Amino acid sequence: MSGPSKSGPTAPAIEAVELTRRFGAFTAVDRITFEVRHGEVFGFLGANGAGKTTAIRMLTGLLTPSGGTARVAGHDVYTEGEAIKRSIGYMSQRFSLYEDLSPRENARLYGGIYDLTTTEIRERTSTLLARLGLEAVASRPVRELPLGWRQKLALSVALLHRPSIVFLDEPTSGVDPVTRRQFWELIYEAAASGTTVLVTTHYMDEAEYCDRLSIMVAGRISAIGTPAELKRQHGVSSIDDLFVRLARPA
Amino acid sequence: MSSSVSANRLRKQFGDTRALDDVSFDVAAGDLFGFIGPDGGGKTTLFRILVTLLTPDAGDARVLGLDVVRDMWALRQRVGYMPGRFSLYPDLSVEENLRFFASVFGTTPEREYEHIAPIYDQIVPFKDRRAAALSGGMKQKLALCCALVHRPDILFLDEPTTGIDAVSRRELWDLLGRLRERGMAVVVSTPYMDEANRCDRVALIQSGRVIALDAPAAIAASLGRPLLAVRAGARHAALQALRTFPHVHSAFSFGDVHHYTDERLDLTAQTLADELRRHLDAAGLSDAEVTPVTPTVEDVFIERMGSQHFQPPTANSHGRP
Repeated sequence: MSGPSKSGPTAPAIEAVELTRRFGAFTAVDRITFEVRHGEVFGFLGANGAGKTTAIRMLTGLLTPSGGTARVAGHDVYTEGEAIKRSIGYMSQRFSLYEDLSPRENARLYGGIYDLTTTEIRERTSTLLARLGLEAVASRPVRELPLGWRQKLALSVALLHRPSIVFLDEPTSGVDPVTRRQFWELIYEAAASGTTVLVTTHYMDEAEYCDRLSIMVAGRISAIGTPAELKRQHGVSSIDDLFVRLARPA
Repeated sequence: MSSSVSANRLRKQFGDTRALDDVSFDVAAGDLFGFIGPDGGGKTTLFRILVTLLTPDAGDARVLGLDVVRDMWALRQRVGYMPGRFSLYPDLSVEENLRFFASVFGTTPEREYEHIAPIYDQIVPFKDRRAAALSGGMKQKLALCCALVHRPDILFLDEPTTGIDAVSRRELWDLLGRLRERGMAVVVSTPYMDEANRCDRVALIQSGRVIALDAPAAIAASLGRPLLAVRAGARHAALQALRTFPHVHSAFSFGDVHHYTDERLDLTAQTLADELRRHLDAAGLSDAEVTPVTPTVEDVFIERMGSQHFQPPTANSHGRP
C-alpha cells in the first residue's frame, strides 16, 4: 500500500484504495480496495447496478473519482487519465469494432489512434489476421462476420497496441458455446504474454476460468479471491451459488 | 386445441443470409417452451414471424390456431411480445410506460392490476423513475408488465435475460414459471444454455436450423457418448493433454472442470476414465481427477454444432443480417 516505487515493475497492474464515486446523494462505488496483479485474469463480477461500470470508467480514466486513490499501469487516475488510456485496451459487447469497416480497416484505425507506425500496423495486422485465420475476409465489412468471430477480432484489435492491461466488458454475451471457449483461450494467451486482463461476465461458468475474481454488491466489493478459495470460504459448490447468496442476502 | 404454436418449414432469407432454414416445431398448450442458441442463430427472426411483425418467405405458422399472415390482426390482440432490445420509452417513467402500453390496447393499468400485480408490485417503488434509469433486471420486469397489460393468451419473450445478472435471471424465470402455472403459454429465447432446465421443452437453434427439440433432460441424455469431467491443478496443461490424447472426440473447459468425450463408442465410462487418468499421469498431471458425469444441454449443443464452427469464416459465409 505504500512505498516509493508505485510504478515500478513489482507494483500491481491495478491498485485501488478506498475508491469512491458519488452521483448526488447516491454512492455508486463505495470505498473499494483491491489489486490486480500483472498477467492475471481478474473477473470483475457484480449484479446489474452494483457499480461495476462506474468503477471501470474510473479505472480507464473516463470518470474522476469522488474519493480514494487508484493507479492503473502505474498512472494516477486523477491526474494521468491520458497516460492510462494509452496503456490500456478496451472492448465490450456493445461497442468494439466499426461494422462498416473491414477487419483490416478497423486494425488500421485503432493502430493509428494509438500512434503505431505504418509498418507496425501492417505487420501486426498481418500477424493478427493469420493468427485468427481471417485472411479470406480481411477486406469484407465486419458486419458480415458471425458474432463470435467479430468478438475474437475485437479482442485482437484491442490488443494491437500491446497494452499492459485490457478491460473486457461482457465480451462473450450472446456468443455460441464453442466460440465463447475459443475466446477464453485468446484471453489466456494474452495473459500468458504478460497482459493483465480485467473481465466482466454474466456467464458464471466463465467466472470459474478467472485466476481471481471479485463480486460487487451495492457499491462494495463483498468477496475477492481465487474461485477455489471463495467456494471454500463460503461453503458453496459454484460461483453461481456464491453470487446469488451475496447479491440477494436472505 | 393441443398446440399453442405450430410452425411448418419456415424459411426467411435476408440477402445472402438464410436466417431461418426449414424450421418446424410444435409448442404444446400450457408449455413453457424455450429456444436456446447463440445470437445470430435465427431466434429473433422466428419470434418476429410468430408475432406477425415479419412474414416468412416460405412455410407457415399458426399461433393459438390463427395463421400468422392471414389472421394477423386477430392474432395481435392475443399475443404479448417482449423484444430483445430494451423496448420501452426511456424518457417516460415506469408508470407512464405502463399506461401508454395499456392505452394502445384500450385498457388501463388500474383495470388490469390484478393480472399484473405479481410483477408490478416489485417495480412500484420506482414508479416515478424514468425507464432509462432502471437497473437491467428492473427494466426487464417493466417490459414484462407492459407485454402482459392487455392480458395476452400467449407470451413471447426474446432474450429477456441477456445482459442481466445471474440473480435477476433467476427471478425472471420464477415469474415466467408462475405465468405458466396460471395457464399462459410462454415462449422464451435465451443464449444461456443452463436456462434450458427452466423450460418444459426446448429447441436448440443454430444458424437458422433447429438442431434438437425435446424436454431438456431428454436432450441432455441424447449426447450418445460417455462424458468425463477432468479436474486438475494445472488446468491449461490438462486441457492440452486431453486434446493430444489419441482417441479424443472433444475436450473443452466447462466451469471449473474440463469435459471430455472419446471417439470410441464401445468403451464404458469407467474404462475410459481409467485410461484417461493414466494418460494424464504420464503427462505429469498426477493430481488429475477423472469422473463420469451426466451431460448437460450445453454439451449436446456443442456436439451438434458440428465442426464447421471451429473453422474461420470464408468470404462466402455470412453472419446475421
